[in-house]
Amino acid sequence: MKRFVDLHLRPMISDPNQVKNMITKSYELGYRLVGISLPPDAPGHTIRQLQQICSEVGTDLVTRVDLALRTSKELLGELRRLRRRFEVVSALCASKSVARQAAKDRRVDLLSFPADPRRRFFDPAEGELASKALASLEIDMAPLLSLRGGLRVRLFSRLRREVEVANKFKVPIVLSSGATKEYFLRTPHDYAALASLFDLPPSLGLRALSDNPLAIVERNRGKLSPGYVAPGIRVIKEGKDCLGE
Amino acid sequence: MRRRYLALKIVGEQFIGKEDLIGVLWDAVLRLFGEYGASRVNLSLVEYEAEGNYAILRCSHGALDMVRASIASVTEIKGKPIAINVIGVSGTLKSLRKKFL
Repeated sequence: MKRFVDLHLRPMISDPNQVKNMITKSYELGYRLVGISLPPDAPGHTIRQLQQICSEVGTDLVTRVDLALRTSKELLGELRRLRRRFEVVSALCASKSVARQAAKDRRVDLLSFPADPRRRFFDPAEGELASKALASLEIDMAPLLSLRGGLRVRLFSRLRREVEVANKFKVPIVLSSGATKEYFLRTPHDYAALASLFDLPPSLGLRALSDNPLAIVERNRGKLSPGYVAPGIRVIKEGKDCLGE
Repeated sequence: MRRRYLALKIVGEQFIGKEDLIGVLWDAVLRLFGEYGASRVNLSLVEYEAEGNYAILRCSHGALDMVRASIASVTEIKGKPIAINVIGVSGTLKSLRKKFL
């Protein structure tokens, strides 16, 4: 059975009731791992409070930061400062230069784009860079629910092209709710059905809600664990003669 | 013709009448797939329990994903927020009731 993941819940962190309601709703809809966007300077007690809520509900919390920066230089600075503090780092690419930098930087896990189709820069060059850097393309579903008319039509059209590019360069796709309210949460199968409207087959849609985000979380948790040295190398025992026993 | 039955849970703060519900579902199908698409779904409301906030919907087997996408796209009814979640799908009404309701 698939373990479904919603890596992008966006409740108001200052409102514990809303946070709890959204996490509970997410659990009821079948998600067992939720990523919550936190401010870069989120204090430790806020994170512990969220972990407490998640453990009460029976779900697993993934700490996540969304970097929305104007220049690639600012992005580099923030990545240096924050990479080890959060399990998932997403770059909200609102300009082409930031998008390029984010796509080639291995510290970025998720490439996100604004809902406005004119400001989505995931093109073949971006896809090639992201493929080499192991970054994933994140698609928030909330704008597809909230937009109407021409804007939604253009977004579908743009997403269709992005999915085509991602498949061509084997860039993993992650579908997230991007929900700020409970009313924008849907079941994984409903999201997969919606994703089929931009030519992501339901089987790949379900993978984008389970295996792909799970792989990112597991990889990063491994890297953030104390024994991690480099990809494929980690300390399993310390002492003078580790090989002797 | 093969059919699929969907069990729905309606999440909203206001009372929703049967006509309003079927109206909002047809609107969603028409908005996403147009009249040609809507003609293929064979949508009908089999059962609606307004107090329990659940409903059973029937559609063509081949149009299941279209119907699911349309249902997911519903966010409001008469200007008030609402979410309709599909809690289960089955090939017969009997097994749907047994498994999900």
